[in-house]
Amino acid sequence: MYEFIAFYIFAISTTILFMITVMSKNVLYAMTSLAAGMVMISGFFFILGADFLGVVQLIVYVGAVMALYSFAMMFFDATKDIKEKHNNPTLVFLLGGLMALVFVIIFSAPIIGENIEASYPIVNGVGNAQAVGIVLFTKYLVPFEVAAIMLLVAMIAGIILAGKKMDISLTKTVIQKEPEDEILKESK
Amino acid sequence: MDATILPEVTAVGVIIKAVLILAVISAIAGFGTYIERKVLAFMQRRLGPQHVGPYGLLQLAADGIKLFTKEDIIPQHANKIIFSVAPAITAATAFIALAAVPVFPDFTIPFVDVFVPSIASDVNVGILFVLGMMAAGLYGPLLAGMAQSNKWGIIGSARTAIQFLSYEVVTGLSLLAPIMMVGSLSFVDFNDYQSDGTWLVVYQPVAFVLFLIAGYAETNRTPFDLLEHEAEIVSGYVTEYSGMRWGMFFIGEYANMITIGVIASVVFLGGYNDWWIFAGWFMILAKIAFSFFFMLWVRAAWPHVRPDQLMWLCWKVLMPLAVINVVITGLVMMAG
Repeated sequence: MYEFIAFYIFAISTTILFMITVMSKNVLYAMTSLAAGMVMISGFFFILGADFLGVVQLIVYVGAVMALYSFAMMFFDATKDIKEKHNNPTLVFLLGGLMALVFVIIFSAPIIGENIEASYPIVNGVGNAQAVGIVLFTKYLVPFEVAAIMLLVAMIAGIILAGKKMDISLTKTVIQKEPEDEILKESK
Repeated sequence: MDATILPEVTAVGVIIKAVLILAVISAIAGFGTYIERKVLAFMQRRLGPQHVGPYGLLQLAADGIKLFTKEDIIPQHANKIIFSVAPAITAATAFIALAAVPVFPDFTIPFVDVFVPSIASDVNVGILFVLGMMAAGLYGPLLAGMAQSNKWGIIGSARTAIQFLSYEVVTGLSLLAPIMMVGSLSFVDFNDYQSDGTWLVVYQPVAFVLFLIAGYAETNRTPFDLLEHEAEIVSGYVTEYSGMRWGMFFIGEYANMITIGVIASVVFLGGYNDWWIFAGWFMILAKIAFSFFFMLWVRAAWPHVRPDQLMWLCWKVLMPLAVINVVITGLVMMAG
């Protein structure tokens, strides 16, 4: 009974929050409802008994949206509405609606066909984290390692892009040097 | 688990527990402000509050009356909805985090026979849940700063973002080593692992120190109180707040301090096991009280750091240390 009520509370709030994310013209509303919607989605994992995935959803998306916020803070005035440019609202509405319909059909087809089955059902007596770990390091080992390498590449690239002048202190007085780059010299 | 069968946890029990946590922790948070002023005063050779009531004890009530009766101001150009929601986020997430940690022992209310559990919601990934919820709590300062259309507020929320991105990695990596040793994410398992009397801090002193430093950054206590440092950015994200909205930020911060104290006590300092002649409930209270006192001590002893120093500390010093600690722990566990 409680799960039933909880499911509908989470479902309705998730839908409304993500609709605000899409519809709102204010950065602050959009970002806040995105973060709140992500938290609400983790509620579904908790209802299904997948505590570990629920918590991972919470931690990962809370951090990710926080990083998005810092960009929003740099680029927009958070207290004002943004003027959006709509060239062809009818086309956007049609394409968006069709996409949504296709997704609903794709995801509801197996439920209607009643051939949905858990490949790795929850085993009694084995914790959530252990169960995820066993599947990750046996069945999905290669995708897991590929994802790890991809993240490593992204991290190294990020450090190289950001850290070109890391040896110079930002707070001490920097002596103005003549630019060594040829393009910078010419532009002066 | 041992053979004794615990009574069934009912919805009524959990609700009573939730109300209990809310009431007691709010009261402690209020009392904490008095303790903080007195302790800081003694350490800095001042007197602290002493005019209202004996030893200034009623200062607490005076502050409460002041907070409740103050005019509630919302700035003209602020985003009113977000401005009002932000304090609630801080306070609510702080108390939600407390739902998954053990506070007070189990007990049964006599006559009506309702069992009140020690942990309101015993999720088996408790430690991650608490960390995630405390991380979500930083949305309070972030939104508050951005909604109030005040330059100090914006700087405060920008500092919130960099502080979050700095300490979060260190908290996770420092707790990873003890988690590897215990092999579980549940607070109960951490407590049982240390039931032989050897505290985890003996095996993991580096992880303990790293966790404390990251924990102080998480609760924005003084060496890392960048968010609202008066000398630089007036009051940061709380510049425009008054009355009870400001009070909610305050209660959230103190509840978070208690949560960090509970995590440090259960994970590193032996949890609620009996020790010598002292019962378990006394030990856990003593440890939480000590870690609270330690935060005040640190506040009295160190000046605050600059944002760039915090980032330097977290990413260039603490994170490599935490990674080395995890690797060494893994090697020792594989060899042993």
